[in-house]
Amino acid sequence: MGVAIEVTDLNAWYGTNHTLQSISLKIPANHATALIGPSGCGKSTFVRCLNRMHETNPIARVTGTVRVGPTDIYAQSSPVEIRRRIGMVFQRPNPFPTMSIYDNVASGLRLNGYRNRKILDEVVERSLQQAALWDEVKSDLKKKSGASLSGGQQQRLCIARALAVDPEVMLMDEPASALDPVSTAKIEDLIFQLKSQYTIVIVTHNMQQAARVAENTGFFLNGKLVEFDATHKIFTNPTDKRTEDYITGRFG
Amino acid sequence: MATTLMPPPLRARNSNRVLRVLMNHLATAAAVGSTILVMAPLIAIFGYLLYKGASSLNLAFFTQIPKPVGEPGGGMANSILGSGILLAIASLMGVPIGIAGGIYIAEFGRNKRLANMVRFTADVLNGVPSIVMGIAIYTLIVVPQKHFSALAGGVALGIMMIPTITRTTEEMLLMVPLNVREAALGLGVPNWRSVLSITLRTASPGVITGCMLAFARVAGETAPLLFTAFGNQFWSTSANEPIAALPLQIFVYAISPYDEWHRLAWAGALVLIVLIVVSVALVRYVAGRGVLKGAS
Amino acid sequence: MTQRPESSASGGADPSPSPVRTYLLNCGSSALADRAFGALMLVCALSIFFGSAWDPVNGNFGALPFIYGTVVSSILALIIAVPLAVGVAIFLTEMCPDWLRGFLAFFTELLAAIPSVVYGLWAVFVLIPLLRQYVNPVLIKTLGWTGIFAPPNYGIGMFAAGVILSIMILPIISSLTREVMSAVPHAQREAVLALGATRWEMIRMGVLRNARIGIVGAVILGLGRALGETMAVTMVIGNRPEIARSLLAPAYSMASVIANEFTEASDELYLSALVEIGLALFIVTIIVNALARVLVWAVTRGAPVRGT
Repeated sequence: MGVAIEVTDLNAWYGTNHTLQSISLKIPANHATALIGPSGCGKSTFVRCLNRMHETNPIARVTGTVRVGPTDIYAQSSPVEIRRRIGMVFQRPNPFPTMSIYDNVASGLRLNGYRNRKILDEVVERSLQQAALWDEVKSDLKKKSGASLSGGQQQRLCIARALAVDPEVMLMDEPASALDPVSTAKIEDLIFQLKSQYTIVIVTHNMQQAARVAENTGFFLNGKLVEFDATHKIFTNPTDKRTEDYITGRFG
Repeated sequence: MATTLMPPPLRARNSNRVLRVLMNHLATAAAVGSTILVMAPLIAIFGYLLYKGASSLNLAFFTQIPKPVGEPGGGMANSILGSGILLAIASLMGVPIGIAGGIYIAEFGRNKRLANMVRFTADVLNGVPSIVMGIAIYTLIVVPQKHFSALAGGVALGIMMIPTITRTTEEMLLMVPLNVREAALGLGVPNWRSVLSITLRTASPGVITGCMLAFARVAGETAPLLFTAFGNQFWSTSANEPIAALPLQIFVYAISPYDEWHRLAWAGALVLIVLIVVSVALVRYVAGRGVLKGAS
Repeated sequence: MTQRPESSASGGADPSPSPVRTYLLNCGSSALADRAFGALMLVCALSIFFGSAWDPVNGNFGALPFIYGTVVSSILALIIAVPLAVGVAIFLTEMCPDWLRGFLAFFTELLAAIPSVVYGLWAVFVLIPLLRQYVNPVLIKTLGWTGIFAPPNYGIGMFAAGVILSIMILPIISSLTREVMSAVPHAQREAVLALGATRWEMIRMGVLRNARIGIVGAVILGLGRALGETMAVTMVIGNRPEIARSLLAPAYSMASVIANEFTEASDELYLSALVEIGLALFIVTIIVNALARVLVWAVTRGAPVRGT
């Protein structure tokens, strides 16, 4: 089951660049939350702060608190367990090209020391079914490499891979922006089904997408969180003028 | 979707966690350890060479030829001159052919089969043992002429320069930005003309330093000279006689039993190293600046 | 009728037909005789690689000791150099602070450019005494029971050749490994980290695994360089054409015998034998280098390789 995320006064810097300024919000459990905003507004940086992936950049720095469920994720020094509990899917699908489909999905499990063939088989099948990919690949699990699938299938493979390690949260950074409309629709259906079991945060450029899949939406602008509310309210009756300008296409 | 959920242990597999953290630290230690294990002795070798060479170097080294065995003093002036002559012959041959080859595969042959083959051949030829090159030139030049000569040595070295110069020229030419070439073509300049006067000129610092790199590499080669230039204890400037070369004489002196010759060998090694360091530093400097930024 | 096999591989037409050829000519058609003669010459030419006695004075040209010397010294060099080179590459690519990386990378490039004869010079006056006094006695004491490290301990020998070769090929293997590791897209590293992996796991699964073909290519390139290395090896290998079990015994390599004896080859046959060894060396290094280039190219997509 998913957990709620509570962010308090989050600030982020890349070097001297103050990328995020005093972000505070509560992301509810077992819902999908969309983050929208123009390019460079900081929404991707924000999401990467949620599983400490921004730390892969040596000049990145963060202050503030991020609580995932009961855990303050910045309290401990090692981000390894945090990243297992908070899965991430990237903009461009990045399956491991040297591994088969089976091995791709099982990779996270193997990292955690699981060797039992039966357990691995079970989890791989379950994850691929959750990602709506099972039927398409079940006969080629070990024969085809992860990179030999189509773009949409690769992205679902990445989703399955992330689901296999049993996360509580799924972060998706523009997961469908590199895909064709049919694959995009499949991913959106997936999000719909997954949100009852996980907390989903999805960054998107596509406002219609946000309206379709998310119960709540946050609007970012220039590193600040301008407005965060129920999706239908954001899109029909936003409180802030800047939000309204963005929604109606006056900029961005 | 109602499947058997994950066995709870995944969320709290602590025994495995300790092992993973340990492996991480071990791997870091191994990588750092290898670096220290490798770099420290290498730096020591370098330092020792500089020290030993510097303490053996004096003015006579550059001005005198070796004294007869047993007498102290003397220098390797004839070897330095000999190396200079050999490298001049080598460059006369290697530089034009190498640059021409580089221009061809960069400008006129892109994606063509022939160009790929030339590129591949150049890379592979780079790895041919230099002594085999010596045998080849021995058969082609020394045997018909019936004597060793500077010409033979120069040709051997020249052929060895070609692959390096070809590849570096290609690399530097490919780095000239597209808009520079397009500007020339837009003016109505024919392709070959644009290549020569504009693209080549833009890339020329890089091309020149590529030649320097090949030059420095070949300056240290000994094996191909063993039976082409052969070596000479005295002054010689003729292209038709055996000639001394710096690396060749270093070899002869190093394996000899005379201390005085050992001293000369160390000094000669220092001269070679200085040449190498200057060339490598220059190449990196040029490759990192100006229009060719981002090469290294 | 003496049957003296014609084995002048470098020579031109025979001035007088050999008895073997005359006999074959008389037996059947001249085409058959030609082909049979050619086959016989090939067999004789290749026979040099199966003899283990190199005794030019008495006309014995067995090149096996040189093949043994070249192969064993190169493999020894790989065993020492590869783990260290890959370790250095991992450190420089994934763990090294930026300010240090530039210096170490420059230094590595420098070392790859130092001439063989200078390495040989250092080996003769520094490495050999070091091995003889400190390293070899320890090896004899601990591993002497295997017979691989057995007295007498001269310092020079197969082991010394392996060590100096490893020092010489290390920079190249390391630089190339670094290059193929850097060619692995950043997205792969992030994919592994996002699953909850330690840094070593990220390196292992996200980088090394993707770069492994190129790393193999780098190793093979190092092998190619070691096989053809002449001067440094000649100065430390001992120049004794014998196959010995102990690595501390003097040995001889293909390139070394050519370097040492080419100008002293007294007759046509002697010279031809040396040239044939050279030809074999040539063919082997061409194959090895071609293989290496193909593997590295597959990972770095044909970009020119710097510094080699």
